Formats: sequence, structure tokens, C-alpha cells
Amino acid sequence: MTQSTTAGPAGPAGHVPGRPRFSPRKKQQISRGVQYTVLIAAVVALAFLVNWQGLAQNFAKMDVAEQSLPDVFTIALRNTIIYTVGGFVLGSLGGLVLALMRLSSVRPYRWIATVYIEIFRGLPALLIFLLILFLPLALPGFQVPGGTYGQGILGLAIVSSAYMAETLRAGLQAVPKGQAEAARSLGMSHSRAMISVVIPQAVRIVIPPTTNQFVSLLKDSSLVLFLGVSGEYVELTKFGNDLASTTSNATPIMVVGLTYLLVTIPLGYLAGRLEARQAKGR
Amino acid sequence: MPHAVQIENLHKSFGSLEVLKGVDFTVDEGQVVCVIGPSGSGKSTLLRCVNLLEQPTQGKVSVGGVELTDPDVDIDAARRRLGMVFQSFNLFPHLSVLRNVMIAQQRVLKRGRAEAERVARENLGKVGVAEKCDAFPLQLSGGQQQRVAIARALAMDPALMLFDEPTSALDPELVGDVLAVMRKLAQDGMTMLVVTHEMGFAREVADRVVFMDGGVIVEEGPPDQVIGNPQHERTRTFLKRVLDPGHADDGAGAAPPAA
Ligand SMILES: Nc1ncnc2c1ncn2[C@@H]1O[C@H](COP(=O)(O)OP(=O)(O)OP(=O)(O)O)[C@@H](O)[C@H]1O
Ligand SMILES: [Mg+2]
Repeated sequence: MTQSTTAGPAGPAGHVPGRPRFSPRKKQQISRGVQYTVLIAAVVALAFLVNWQGLAQNFAKMDVAEQSLPDVFTIALRNTIIYTVGGFVLGSLGGLVLALMRLSSVRPYRWIATVYIEIFRGLPALLIFLLILFLPLALPGFQVPGGTYGQGILGLAIVSSAYMAETLRAGLQAVPKGQAEAARSLGMSHSRAMISVVIPQAVRIVIPPTTNQFVSLLKDSSLVLFLGVSGEYVELTKFGNDLASTTSNATPIMVVGLTYLLVTIPLGYLAGRLEARQAKGR
Repeated sequence: MPHAVQIENLHKSFGSLEVLKGVDFTVDEGQVVCVIGPSGSGKSTLLRCVNLLEQPTQGKVSVGGVELTDPDVDIDAARRRLGMVFQSFNLFPHLSVLRNVMIAQQRVLKRGRAEAERVARENLGKVGVAEKCDAFPLQLSGGQQQRVAIARALAMDPALMLFDEPTSALDPELVGDVLAVMRKLAQDGMTMLVVTHEMGFAREVADRVVFMDGGVIVEEGPPDQVIGNPQHERTRTFLKRVLDPGHADDGAGAAPPAA
């Protein structure tokens, strides 16, 4: 490579004689050039080394993909949504109760809520599903209401309530104190002020983070697989896994993955938009 | 007839900070009493003790003959008779102006929707923001928001109105509208306890002015006396600073300067 010796900055004192220096602009050009070269080399290598035919046979086989229709939507996606929405609704209610307990003036309530939140935020979601499987053993005669749906929803609700509690608590605390004071000064009781004034505002504040939590719950709903569900109760991941085994082909897993993205990407985008709107509204 | 407000030996501490150090005073029915004093002297705390937004550490607060500091009193019921207007308006931002004025009528007084709406429109008209019924609070100017807040309190038919520096957060050109509403209220015979820095308003409207400093009442009496001819050095220093802000470059601090 040739370098012009006058490319250095015109700094009066900084130049060490005998060591040619690049200008910052020149350095940037070189660095970018190196990065593109590496990228192109990697792409070329992939194109030659990978067995595209084999890949397509295993991951994108059209007739196998067709086999998954329409069940991937009518059964699997539908169930994923049932588990997720059910878990989300129940978890939100539980989370609200826990958040109010954490802010309660009754100390034992605060302790109970704190212990619950710390435990269930600290455990892997999978462990909770495995525990639910063993519930009937621990409590003989006990049945989770709602059967398979009930078990899946309960597991997701336990996981999400702990996270929702923390989100909602932050939301409740973000409502200015003057709001509750204004409500109380109008003669509202503490609970009336909460219901009519504080909670509606807190809910608005937490909508963006809650949308993100919904997305992560949607992904966690794949853990229903470990409840040993079958037939009409399978959700996306289980569905993909089963079909992949019977066809000895990974295509169903790709189909299922795309189906997840169909839901999660728009939701993530929505959450970003809501967040931006809220940031602007402040 | 019992006093509209009677406060006896009121003390309030926040932790080790004693903010009110034994305050006694009364407000009679139909009177307007203005509370003035330097920042940090405990004016807001006093007002908030009157409707028990702050729990007094010691002493007695009675409103219309009902002792609010009695632990067995139904404080929610007692507060219905007290309207409060805050420096920062505290309108409910998630509700329209009309719903702001209706919600407590419906939820607390159990008025029907139609009646609550009628009372709300009537009071919004009284404070001059009738045309803003469907707007949301954050779409209004500060002066309009404060007048909605006044209408919201009035809709509960209070026997007494508490104002905590209602014009301090407003742009100067919006102060007049709010003061005009308050002046009108006073003329109509509303009992009012007003914390304010508006000396002109206090002089003109107040039946009595109370000067507070350091958690005690230093001086009280008719406005012409307390504002026009103060007896105490601390009152004089304070008034000089408020009325002649050009010389107030030492800030609005509470410390009485060595005169
Ligand atoms: N909730 C609280 N906790 C702790 N200290 C408080 C609390 N509320 C008020 N104080 C303190 O009490 C003192 C008096 O406050 P207060 O708001 O009553 O003064 P003020 O006379 O209304 O002043 P200003 O004119 O600035 O509104 C201040 O030193 C303030 O910091
Ligand atoms: Mg104050």
C-alpha cells in the first residue's frame, strides 16, 4: 500500500518523525474496507461449503410444510394464544394483587408479596411447569380446574404474576402522589381512589413494558410441552416437534418458528411505538 | 354556632423536623382567611392538617363542630364538606374535564349520572370553562386547569374551601382569571382558607390575614393591620421582600435576616 506522507493532521507538535501517520478519515476508510472484505469472504465460503440442497431438504421441504397446514394455525397457534392470553390475564390480576400487597401498610402483606415475587422471578419457568405436574401427587385428589388448559394457564400465570407485580408496582408508584390526595380530598376512600384514579393511570403507564412481557410469555408458553399435552391441546412448539419427529424433517420447526415471529415481531414493534408515544407525551 | 374551622395547639413533625409548633386559630362561617408567610414556614402543612391529608402529631382540628382528629371520626365523610384546591391543580389526566367534575359526585355522593352532569356543567360555567367540558386536562392552560379544579371541588357542595397557593404555578397573565373566580366565591359567602402570596388579593378579599413563620403564627388580624401596618419585625421583613422583590436578591428563604 502506498501512503502519502502528508496525510497526517497538521498538528504542530504531535508528529513523530519517521513514523507515518494516517489521518482519522483514512483510518476509517481502511477499517471499513477490512470489514467488507471479511464479510464477502465469509459469504463466498458459505455459498461453496454449505450443502444447500441438503439444507433445503431438511429445513424447507415444501410438501412437509404443507402437511402442517392448516393445523399449525387452527390448532397450534390457537392453543398458544389460549395459553398465553389465559396466563396473561390471570397473571395480571395476580400481579395487581401482589403489587397492592407490596405497597400495603400491613407489614405481613408486604413480606408475603416480596417472598412470592423473589421466589418465582428467581426460578426457571420450566421448573414451575414440572412442579405443576407433581401437584396431584403432593395434594391427593387435587385437580387444576380446566384440565390441560388450566395447568398450562396456571403455570404461565405463576410465572407472569411475579413479573407483572414488579411492573405494576413501579406503575402505581409513578402516579404522582397529588392524584391520590386530590381524590381523597374529594371524599373518596382509599380503595375508591385506587380504583377510580390511581390504577387507571398506572395501567396506562405500564402498557408498553407489559406488551413486552406478553411477548416473553408467548415464548414461555412453549413450556406447556413438558406437561405432556397431546391432541387438540398442543401448542406451537409441541406441534412442530411432533410433526418433525414423524416426518424426520426439521421443516415443521421452521414453520412454527415463522408462526411465532408472525405474532412476536408486530407486538414488539407495537410496544416500541407505545413507548415512544408515551415518552413524547410526558 | 360552632366555628367553621377551629384549630387548637396544632403540632406536626416530620421525623425530627417540627414544622408546626403549636398553632391556634379559628375561621368563622362566611369568612375568608388568608395565610401568608415565607417558604417553608408550614403554611401548606397547616392547610393539609385541616383536611387530614397530614395527620397532626398533636392538637385538635374541628370543622363545623366535628372533631376530625378524633380517631373514630369517618374522615371520608368529613372531607366531603371540605373542598381543596392544590398549587399543581391535580386534575385527573385520564378523565375529560366533565368527568373530572362528575366522578366524585357519582362515586362519593352517589348522585345519578344526569344530576352529576348537570351540577358539573353548572359549576364549570360558574368558573368560565363551560366550553371545555370534553377536553382533557393537559389540553388546557394552567389557568383553565385551576378553574376546573375549583369547579370540581365546588361540585361537592363544600361548606369550606381550602386553597394552597392556587396561582403560584400560573403564568402571570393567567393569575387574574383564577383570582376573579375566588373573589366571586368570597362574595357569594363561601368560607375560605387561602394560602397565598397575592398580597393584593389578601388585602381586598380577606376578612383576616394570618402571618406564619417558623411553624407558629406570628401575627394575625384584619388585612389593613397585618399587611398595611404590621406590628412585628418578621412580618415587616417578609412583606418588604414580597412587595418589593427588587430587593429580594437574597432569595425567598425562610431565615429572618439580621435586621
Ligand atoms: N411530607 C413531608 N416530609 C418531610 N418534610 C416535609 C413534608 N412536607 C413538608 N415538609 C417540610 O416541612 C416544612 C414546611 O413545609 P410547607 O410545605 O408546609 O411550607 P410552606 O410554608 O407551604 O412553604 P411554600 O411557601 O414553599 O409552599 C418544609 O421544611 C418542608 O421541607
Ligand atoms: Mg406550600
